[in-house]
Amino acid sequence: MRNLLDFYLGQMRIAAVTQLQYRAANYFYMIGMVAEPVVYLVVWSTIAAAQGGSVGGYTAGGFAAYYIVWTLVRNMNIVFTPYGWEWRIREGQLSGMLLRPIHPLHGDIAYFAGWKVAVIILWLPIAAVLALAFRPEINPTWQEVVVFFIAIWGAYLIRTMLLWLLGMITFWTTRVGALFELYFAAELLLSGRLVPMSVMPPWVQELSAWMPFRWAFQYPIEALVGDLPTDQLWLGLGMQALWIVLAGGAALFAWRWAVKQYSAVGG
Amino acid sequence: MTVIRVDKLSKSYFVPEREAGLSAALKSLVRRKTREVKAVDAISFEIGAGEIVGFLGPNGAGKTTTLKMLSGLLYPTGGAAHVLGFVPEKRERGFLTQVTLVMGNRNQLQWDIPALDSYDLQRAIYGLDPAGYRRTRDELIELMQVGDLVRKPVRNLSLGERMKVEFIGALLHNPKVIFLDEPTLGLDVTMQRRLREFVAGYNARTGATVLLTSHYMADVEALCKRVIVIHNGTLLYDGDLTGLGARFAAYKTISASFDQAPPALDGYGEVMSTDGLRVTLRVPKAETSRVTARLLTDLAVVDLTVEDPPIDDVIEKVFNSQAVG
Repeated sequence: MRNLLDFYLGQMRIAAVTQLQYRAANYFYMIGMVAEPVVYLVVWSTIAAAQGGSVGGYTAGGFAAYYIVWTLVRNMNIVFTPYGWEWRIREGQLSGMLLRPIHPLHGDIAYFAGWKVAVIILWLPIAAVLALAFRPEINPTWQEVVVFFIAIWGAYLIRTMLLWLLGMITFWTTRVGALFELYFAAELLLSGRLVPMSVMPPWVQELSAWMPFRWAFQYPIEALVGDLPTDQLWLGLGMQALWIVLAGGAALFAWRWAVKQYSAVGG
Repeated sequence: MTVIRVDKLSKSYFVPEREAGLSAALKSLVRRKTREVKAVDAISFEIGAGEIVGFLGPNGAGKTTTLKMLSGLLYPTGGAAHVLGFVPEKRERGFLTQVTLVMGNRNQLQWDIPALDSYDLQRAIYGLDPAGYRRTRDELIELMQVGDLVRKPVRNLSLGERMKVEFIGALLHNPKVIFLDEPTLGLDVTMQRRLREFVAGYNARTGATVLLTSHYMADVEALCKRVIVIHNGTLLYDGDLTGLGARFAAYKTISASFDQAPPALDGYGEVMSTDGLRVTLRVPKAETSRVTARLLTDLAVVDLTVEDPPIDDVIEKVFNSQAVG
């Protein structure tokens, strides 16, 4: 266990150091990441103003809070993508990972977790600028702040496990871009990334509660900016834990089969 | 003590196959044809502790596939392999902490950071004791003569420098079995020699077992007493490097020196070279005694040597031979 912790800290440090080496690239990346929520924010604030001040319970200030926190949660959602598996196999990177006496999933979790540390440092000034520009309405309690901090890492783990599971398909066939796109479209609609789920029709909201996407995206945002009752706050963490176990278990099970298909063509 | 035991080890792939053109592409949408390719076909051998064995064969012979099966990267489709008593494809921690695979032109260290940072991560991955790790690392850095190169980002190193720091990273955990797949590929002659010396020294010092593939016969001749030759996935030869010529060479070379310019020697064999009063002939192996006797009888020979052809020529002949296809 101490070795694993040692590895996590080492890998996270390397990821953070690597990421911070490219300051300009980081800021361009962050600007790109901010463009999407700013578009949503402007559109929904305008609609809210046109409809007498609010849409789906969100005022302009509520939308501002939602989409500013969105930028951080979106970054926490960045994990190793299924497309990356094709590159990893083709370039022989996976061979190097398989030779190590540590499961590659640990490597990915640790690397991207370290990367997030760098991203959070870069995100703080951007969030401050957005807050000055859009005046978010946000008054979290300490409990909400604590749950939010746990929930963003829960979100990270859910998405890591889900996309790892999806990436396993690459071991059987590499041309699965269409399937990935379908997955990402469903995720976009059912996670709260496009709009808060309260703006969606009731049946979509009901459906999203049974899917993992919402717990990896909207839930952490709501935990901080919404007024979720205490039981809903803790239920959300429970749902995250459930999805981490389910998706993680499925990913590890699929890995055992997938790795037998590995042909190490790239080295 | 046997360290590597391979018993009828096989690996097959099914590859899609179709004719060129649009109609063939459309047909393949409905009915896909596949062909089984046997990359490795029931090979067996054993390697003892501390041996350095050359694993030879032309491109596509199955060398790298075998190495990947032995290092646990690939699952065999038949037969079995045991390395240090472990089944490689299970990739148990006890196995992975005792083996390493170095592939020429493949970079396993982190590209954007100095090798030293990657080495520290290796320490954590293998759970190495910090003091022992630092001692091994510094020893390897000194042996490889890389000095401050380990403090530069890996992407700023030349190919040869990268291979040296890769070697260090691959050996930090003191592996007992080392698989080397074309480790000197693309390196200049000096760098090749330095890596060879390093491998020989490491083997002598630690008693590690080494299985090496290389297309550079200089690597094999410098390091390996024993070679295993495979072709089209099957084992052709397993024995001393010196015995390879005796087994596969269909001819020998006769070098004869004369005290005066000899007449044309075409009637004795194929004249390979003439250097002053010294002539080198190539003769069929079965004819060697008879030609030698004729030369000594017919001409004023001062000195005469009979040799197997150079190992490069033998290997080329083995690879090109239809008989082994």
